[in-house]
Parts: sequence; structure tokens; C-alpha cells
Amino acid sequence: MIAKNESVSGQASPSANRSRQTILDRLRGRTVEGPDLPEIDANRLVRFGDPIAQFQETLSFVGGQAHMVDSPQQIAEILGEIEVFANARRIASTFPEAVAPTVDLSEIKDPHDLSALDWTIVRGEFGVAENGAIWVDGATLPHRVMIFIAQYLAIAISRTQIVDHMHDAYARIGTPAPGFGIFVSGPSKTADIEQSLVLGAHGCRTLQVFLLP
Amino acid sequence: MSIALPIVDHPKAARDFVNNVPRSHWHDDSLWFVRSKRDRQAQSIPEWEYLRETASAIKRHTIAKLPDYLQEFEASATRMGAVVHWASDASEHNAIVLNLLRNSGAHRIIKSKSMLTEECGLNEYLIEHGIDVVDTDLGERIVQLRGETPSHIVLPAIHIKKEEVGETFHQHLGTRKGEADPQVLTEAARGHLRGKFLEGEVGITGVNFGIAETGGIVVCTNEGNADLGVSLPRVHIACMGIEKLLPRFQDLAVFTRLLARSATGQPITSYTSHFHGPRDENSELHIVLVDNGRTKIRDSDTFRDALNCIRCGACMNTCPVYRRSGGHSYQATVPGPIGSVLGPAKNAKAHKSLPYACSLCGSCTDVCPVKIPLHHQLLAWRKELVGQRLLAWNKRVGMKAASFLFQHPKLFAFSGYWGRMALRILPKFLTHNRLNEWAIDRDLPEPPRQSFRAWYAENRGSETAEKTE
Amino acid sequence: MKNVALFVPCYIDQFFPNVAISTLQLLEKQGLTVHFPPSQTCCGQPMANTGCSADAAPVARKFVEMFSGYDAVVCPSGSCTSMIRTHYGDYFASDDEQFIRVRDSTFELCEFLVNQLGVRNMPGKFPHKVSIHSSCHGLRELRLGPCSEQMTPRENLLRVLLESLDEVEIMPITRTDECCGFGGTFAVTERETSVAMGVDRVQDHIAAGSEMMIAGDMSCLMHMQGLIRRRDMPLKVMHIAEVLQQAAGD
Repeated sequence: MIAKNESVSGQASPSANRSRQTILDRLRGRTVEGPDLPEIDANRLVRFGDPIAQFQETLSFVGGQAHMVDSPQQIAEILGEIEVFANARRIASTFPEAVAPTVDLSEIKDPHDLSALDWTIVRGEFGVAENGAIWVDGATLPHRVMIFIAQYLAIAISRTQIVDHMHDAYARIGTPAPGFGIFVSGPSKTADIEQSLVLGAHGCRTLQVFLLP
Repeated sequence: MSIALPIVDHPKAARDFVNNVPRSHWHDDSLWFVRSKRDRQAQSIPEWEYLRETASAIKRHTIAKLPDYLQEFEASATRMGAVVHWASDASEHNAIVLNLLRNSGAHRIIKSKSMLTEECGLNEYLIEHGIDVVDTDLGERIVQLRGETPSHIVLPAIHIKKEEVGETFHQHLGTRKGEADPQVLTEAARGHLRGKFLEGEVGITGVNFGIAETGGIVVCTNEGNADLGVSLPRVHIACMGIEKLLPRFQDLAVFTRLLARSATGQPITSYTSHFHGPRDENSELHIVLVDNGRTKIRDSDTFRDALNCIRCGACMNTCPVYRRSGGHSYQATVPGPIGSVLGPAKNAKAHKSLPYACSLCGSCTDVCPVKIPLHHQLLAWRKELVGQRLLAWNKRVGMKAASFLFQHPKLFAFSGYWGRMALRILPKFLTHNRLNEWAIDRDLPEPPRQSFRAWYAENRGSETAEKTE
Repeated sequence: MKNVALFVPCYIDQFFPNVAISTLQLLEKQGLTVHFPPSQTCCGQPMANTGCSADAAPVARKFVEMFSGYDAVVCPSGSCTSMIRTHYGDYFASDDEQFIRVRDSTFELCEFLVNQLGVRNMPGKFPHKVSIHSSCHGLRELRLGPCSEQMTPRENLLRVLLESLDEVEIMPITRTDECCGFGGTFAVTERETSVAMGVDRVQDHIAAGSEMMIAGDMSCLMHMQGLIRRRDMPLKVMHIAEVLQQAAGD
């Protein structure tokens, strides 16, 4: 186990420095003309009359399920009606007001210990109408693997926090902090076998999205 | 280091695939289906062509200023706690990765899809050095178990039927013999690969986009395999072609809107993961920047735009030749239109038939989200190859003869007249036989009594070339 | 605009003269003086597309010489027209005015009628079930119509003219602009793929219930007709110039 400071950065080794220099020299040895970096004209971007409706429609298109809820308690009610949730034993939750966890994430030191997770419930920061995606801030996840390793995933966002498109989404994230962030759009999926769409590849099998006020 | 690569004869390599009409049609239909999904997504965005134009400009700007952006990326990524390595070529890349594994004491690695690592032959290299390599993308895993190479850069197993996957899984994963239900087979792969994820000691991914401004890297998947692969082990090695850079965080908006729509006809991939530095103080993130011929392509005014490529595969999905002849017929890491531009750049002699495996229809150019003028680059490659004397001598002679003929109108008219005469008089077995390649599959046109020029001379003209007819 | 040169592709001159005759007659009916420069042969595309620019160059230069001095140069082929407009730049200095004038006044037949002359209605009737094959170079280089890859709305100029004929029924095909596989020497060097592409196109048109495939490029039609004849497939082919001329009835 190498600690970061003594890692084999390669930058210490002379041959690695050579390659770096070689590549940069090759690149600088040729003056290449290119256009200026374009700025996006926001007037040319799609706008949705009803971003919430668009979000729900696209989420459904990508295999997710949207639920409008008035309170966190309603989330637990709706989940309770899903068989695989009712029978679930290991639930991780960063949204205890909605769903109480059965796993204490603060006790988990090794992400491998989450391998038997049935459900993960987390909060998202906002949604994107054009593609049904939700931005989840890694800083809210004690272990980022919980999003992927659980059999089933549920994410709650506020329905007032839905932007039209990715330009607004990235503007909203602003300057990324060190760490992890992810757009999740629908459950994990693959069509690698004869283009037959299968929901639930390696990550979650289904995705429930709860749209709070 | 140049090992002589075998020369790819695309027509020969394509023959069996194309001639298996049901299979070729099935392959063609599958890819056309993906192309249609792309069309529907493109139609749903009124500003689609504006996005393409913008993406192309961002890429060309970045490639022009690449050294500055690479240094900015290195500085930003290092500030975030990542370690940045530089590799001039494939063998250096492989050595760096192996070295990192040795230093971690790792023997089992889990990999998500990375065309760059395919290009460098990383898997074979690591296996030779005693590392257990598991490709976790389902399509990649299927071809890995079958001992094949991927035939498409996004849909690696597009050439394989579900029954064949069933056979492979029966052999390697113990599924029921004859199982062909994609749902069941995927479930089996899920279970099998879960075990591998949990055992993996180091996770290796590619990089879809690197951001110079913030030092972050972005990885897009549908399966979640890249994320599982790097959220469990402590060490994440990300392999990145130097052209994968974007200047600003906000530039991701343009590309995340174009990538999945172009590749698979989805509005976005299920997971779009942004990594800024390692997971925690006990983890490592290594980013390996790779040249491997990219600076050379950048030097060329004609081919530089090929570096815009975001490896979406849309050009393959639309190419009528690729759809019918299959990815393996190109015998190159990257097949299809973009592969036929990149292949000769690596090795012109080995890949000289690839720019000719193209009817110049231009469909690829029009679907490319970053507006690479692919069919014009393929045509430019033909000129290059002729200049390098790589065109078969009989074709060169034929073209010289044609040029001569076309510069001498009387001779042209004369040959045309007697050629048509011969067609009319000679028996079919003489004019239509294997020596006349056109006529192997097609009837020659009915030869008219009179050419247009002769008709014109008779009916309209006083000054005419000749009245030989 | 009065004085127009007729640029006849080499294979049309020798094998499909009726296409050129029809083109000539159509243009004359528009009141134009049409001249066929008699020493023309070929635009050089076969050599250029094989990569043999040194062999194409002298042919290109002769072409520009020969076609200078006209108000317009009209050609019943999108592919050959595209050679002049899109690819001839390789053989001339960027400020070569004679070349620039020829390049900018060379038009494919349908685009000439619709865009240059403003003709949108052609006389006569064509009482047949037909279908349109959109040849690639005309479509994606000259933009003679919309292509399914791009989201830019465009008019299909051949369709404008064809639709204006009485009693014509244009059947929709499933892949509106897939390549027929001719591709010049591709037809011979990638024989099997070329044939597969052509056969698929023909089958698409037959399945649409069409009796006749109409296109603006005789090279595509020549390739598909060759396949149709060899395999005895139930589809006729005709060039748009011949269709328009036949409909007009003389």
C-alpha cells in the first residue's frame, strides 16, 4: 500500500520526464491555427414549457420511475409497496427522514462490506429535464460505491430543482470540489446482447426517483 | 519499434461475412437500428446542428492549443491529488501501468472499456506479465471469453448472436445449455462479474473527457461497471489519449449532450462520473496521458480533425460498408470510417486497403458529432497512398491509361465506338466473364448505336469532333 | 442567362446518350442556347477518387479551359458536378479566376432548373408508381436535398420537379438515402459489398411497390440496372432527365 506522497508518480523518474518533454516539444514544434473557444448562445438552446413533465417523460424513457410526493414520509410509503423493498434487509440511506437505514454507514470502513446492500436511498441536488439525469454530489455519500453496488436505488430531489439542459446543469454545479460527482439517468443497463435492452446490468436493477416539493 | 504488420486486404477479409446474406443482413439491421435511434434523438434537439458546430470548434481550438491545455490539466489534476504520467507510445503506457500494479502489489485488475488500452494492447501485455485481467463491460467480457477482439468500439459484441453468447456462457459461466434469453444471460454475467469486482485489486478505466481547467476526468457508462471497478479498490488508473481534453468544465455540457445520442441513441449514459482527485487520503488516482501517434496526426493539416473524435461509433453505425462487412474485416483496433483514417496513420502499408473500403457516400461525415470530414479524409488518404506508391501497379497503370484517353477526345470517341461495337457483336460469354470484374455480378448496359456526341454532331452541331458514326 | 454549356459525363456519352439528349431538349425548351463542347471527355473523377491526382490534374485543366466563357455549365449528374464544385480546387490556384468562374457556374440539372431558373412545374404526365434514389454526392456534397443524418431542412430538388408531373405516384422507401454501392472503382474492388448494397437498395424500392426507380445520377442506375438485369428483378430505372422529357411528350 503506497501512501499518496510516496507514490510512484513517475514524475520523479528521468525517463518519464523525458516523455513529458518529448510530447510537449512535439506539440510546440508545430504552430497550429484553431478557432477561438466558442461561447454558447443561450438563446439557441432548447427550453421546456414544463420541465417537470419533461423530466418525468424522459426518466421513464430511460427506464426510471418517477413519483411525485408531498413529503419524505410518502417516500417510505411508496417504497413499502414494492415487494423487493418490503423484503429488503440491508438498506443504506442518506435520507433518514424518508427511509431509515438498516446499515450504519459510519461503521463501514471498507466499501467491500457493502456488497450485500439491497437498497440505497440518497438525495440528489437537481434534475435535468432533457435527459432525466440527476446530479448526485459525492460529498453527500459516505461511500460512493453505495450508488452502484446496491441492487436497487432510489434518489430524491426537489421538483423545483429541475433545469432544462446540461448547460444549465454544469453552470449550476459551478466549480467542482475535489472528489466525486455523478449524473445518474435511469437504472444500469446494457444492450450488448443482440441489442436487447436489459435493465440492471452491474449497477442497480431499478431506479425510483422521488420528486419532493 | 516497427514490427511488420500483416497487410489487411479488406475485400478478402469481408468476403465471408458479406456473402453470408442472412448474417450480414442481421448485422446490418442491428446497426441501422442504432442509427435510427440516434436520428430520433437528434431530431428531438432543435439545436442539434449548432451543438455539432460548437463541439467541432471546441475540439479544434483545444487541439491547436494542446500543449498549454495539457500542462494546465496536469497542474489542476495534481492539485486535486491525482498523479499524472506521460507515455510517448503504447509500450511506455503499458510499462507505466504494469509498474503501478507492481508497486501496489496487485495481481488482479478490473477494467472498464477503453479503446486506448485496446490500441496499446494492454490486456495481452499484462497477462504476459502474470496479471489477471477482467474486462467488466459486458460486451468486452463476452469477446474476452470467446478469445475474440471487439468488432465495434461501443458495441463490442454486435457481431455475436444471443445463441452464441449462450454457448459461451454455458462454457465459462455454467449457464444452462441452449440459454439465449438476454435477460437471463445478463443476470448470469452480473453475478459472475460481481465476484470479480469484489476481488479486484486495482481498477483501470479509460477517460471520455479530461478537463484542463479543473483537472477532472469524466467516465461515461451504461452498466455502472467503471464505477464499481473504481469505487472498491484503492487504486484507480485512468488511461487517456492526449486528445481527450476539453478546456473548461462547462464544455462538458456540449459533449454530454452529443455523446450518447450519437453512440446509442440515448439522451445520456446511465452514469456520467466526474473524478476530481482520488477517493480519499488512502486512495490513489493515476492518470496516464498517451501520445502514441496523436502528435503526428496533429501535425497534418489534412488529418488533424480526426483528433476531434470522441469515440462514439456513430460513423460505424451509419457506414453501409461497415454494416455489411463487420468490424473484424478491418483488422484494426478501431474499425469503420474513423478507423480507416487512423489505421493508415499508424501504418499506411498494413492498412492501405481501408481508405478504399468506402463508397465515399459521406454519411459518416454527416453523423459525426464533432464534424470530422471523414469521407474527405479517406479520399485524402488515397492520394497519400498513391504518393507513397502503395496503390497496386495495375490500378496505377489503369488510371494513367484512363487519363491519357480522356485527354485525347478523338481517341476517346474512337475507343468508345469500338468498345460498344464489340459489346454488340461479341457473344455474351466473351464480354461477360470473370475477366471482366464488373460483369461477374452485373449485366453490362445495352450498348447504344450512337454516342451522344455523334447524335449531337448529326442533329445540332456544325463544328464537331468527328462523324465516325 | 442565355448561353449554356452541356457537360455530359463520359459514361452517359457512350452508354446512355438518351439522358444527355433529354437534358439538352429540356434546357432548350427553357429558351436557352445550349452548346456541347465537342472535345469534352471526362471530369477526371475516376482518377481523382482512386487517389491519382497527378492523372486527374491535366484532365481537370482541360475541362476548365473548355467550359470557360459560358453563363452556366449544366450536367445531368450530381457526382460529376460535385467533382467540379467540391474537388477541383485541388488542381488550381486559389485565386485562379477562370477556374473560380467555371466552378461557380457549374450546376447539376435539377438544381439548375429549380434554383437558377426558378422552374418548379414541369409539363405533362407520368402515370406510374415510382420511387426516388437519392445519389450520395448530389445529396451530401451539393446538398440537392435533405439528408437523414442532418437536422437541417432542405428541399429535394429532384422531388420538386418529379412531383409536379401529373398522375405520378412517388412511393416512400424505408432507407431514403442509403448508398447504392456504386462508388466508382469501389464497385469492382469491393465487389461483394457493392453488390450487396445495390441489391438491398433495389429490394427496398420493390418492397415499396414501385415500378421504377428514378435518380439524378446514371452511375447509380447503371450499377443497379446491371444487378436487376442479372437477377431478373422487377424494377425499371430511369434518369430524371428522361422522365421529365418523356412526360413533356415530345
